[in-house]
Amino acid sequence: MPESPLLEVEELHAAYGQLPALHGISLSLAESETLAVIGANGAGKSTLLKAIAGQMQPTRGTIRFRGRDITRLPAWQRAREGIVMVPEGRRLFPSMSVEENLLVSRATKRPGPWTLESVYELMPLVAQRRERRARDLSGGEQQATAIARALMANPDVLLLDEVSLGLAPAIIVQLYQSLPAIQAQGTAVLVVEQDVRQALSVSDQVHCLLQGRTSLAGSGFDMDEISRAYFGT
Amino acid sequence: MNIIDALIQGILLGGQYALFAAGLSLMFGVMRLVNLAHGDFAVLSAYGAVIIVNAFVISPLIAVLIVTPIVAALGYVLQRFLLQRTLEASPLPSILVTFGLSIIIQNVLLLTMSADQRRLTLGPFDTASIGAGGLHVGLFPLSVFLLAVILLLAVWWFIQRTPYGRLIRAVSDDPATVQLSGVNPLRVYGVAAAIAFGLVAVAGIASGVQTSFNPTAGSSLLLFAFEAVIIGGLGNLWGTLLGAVILAVAQTVGGVFFPAQQILIGHLVFLVFLAVRPQGLLKGSVTA
Repeated sequence: MPESPLLEVEELHAAYGQLPALHGISLSLAESETLAVIGANGAGKSTLLKAIAGQMQPTRGTIRFRGRDITRLPAWQRAREGIVMVPEGRRLFPSMSVEENLLVSRATKRPGPWTLESVYELMPLVAQRRERRARDLSGGEQQATAIARALMANPDVLLLDEVSLGLAPAIIVQLYQSLPAIQAQGTAVLVVEQDVRQALSVSDQVHCLLQGRTSLAGSGFDMDEISRAYFGT
Repeated sequence: MNIIDALIQGILLGGQYALFAAGLSLMFGVMRLVNLAHGDFAVLSAYGAVIIVNAFVISPLIAVLIVTPIVAALGYVLQRFLLQRTLEASPLPSILVTFGLSIIIQNVLLLTMSADQRRLTLGPFDTASIGAGGLHVGLFPLSVFLLAVILLLAVWWFIQRTPYGRLIRAVSDDPATVQLSGVNPLRVYGVAAAIAFGLVAVAGIASGVQTSFNPTAGSSLLLFAFEAVIIGGLGNLWGTLLGAVILAVAQTVGGVFFPAQQILIGHLVFLVFLAVRPQGLLKGSVTA
């Protein structure tokens, strides 16, 4: 019997009101695997991630986690099951300190390798700012804190939405440097990125979206094939 | 001497207003819900105490301990199954639904309890006072003031210093994102409502000892609570205490000069604050 993948998305359709955003996307993610979802602005990358995290209800299709249908599960239950998203725009709790932001994720009640100590060790930038209010952080510090907060939930699947958006290249490199240590814990990662090279450098598989449809999926493509799928030329 | 006396009375009365207003402030701070039936739940709690006091011939002090958890549980259930459905981008549905609740409570009380004025009593403690040098302070208002400060401190401590309080603040900041950390915001809202309703139950019973009440008394209680909350800054508990004391002092000190116009002077002072500092004295957030 073949092992069923950790996360399975089947024929997913989603729409913003009358405006369709996804037209039948299918993908699967195995344990410890990293998949990069790439595509131009408005291709539906963030929508796909929100649907998987439970922040958006798909109009059709199924999402399975460990073989179980979770399409109708609310976001907070998915987080407790181990699907944890770092949302686009960081979305920290602005009135709370960095450390308090991290501690909120203890609500998932998931045991695992990530504790305040191990997260601080992985991300010294976050450790230095632990007492700071989230609203007073720079963009890079906010993004690092958002990733740290997600780690505190000890995810089985980590969804990273546009980590590099609006950040200086040096900070982006620094953030992505923490990814191997996360992958080493056996966490599967789904990275949504506009920065294609950055995304490919950390992932095993690539899934390219074009106007809500899959234009390319798999591994071992060269840059020409990817750019054709990306721009639809 | 009269003015100092009135000032002290006002500060103590402010404690009671603060107890009323704290629940209103908390619910607004956490879930942006304005509960127009807030005062009526206070009156409902006072009637609950009347029923228990009469049925078991016990002191209102014990009735508080019975009524408060019941009303808190009622708050949780109401939030989860009724008020939650009214929470959306527009504040209108929640205002209409709680206004409807207010009318329902008032009329059910009229039907079942009659329109008579009622009062709870603690016996001689109602009017006992301590005094020195011509100043007299009622023991009961003093106790209510101290109780109010203790309860506000307890709520503040719970929200600021406990893990569950951290979740309340997180939900107040961003109810969508908090789910990504495995928190069910609906349950947190329920708990916040339970705390708010528990506070209003204590306030309603305390006020039932201080003054007589009838089924429609909730509306004026709501008005004072609103004024205290707005003077102090929406959603900020310490601002609410400050606003409550300012309002009550305005009423009692104003009463020294215009004995028949106490309430009106309170309203006028409120209007001045609304005109000069509409955002409130302290910054509005449950995190204060």
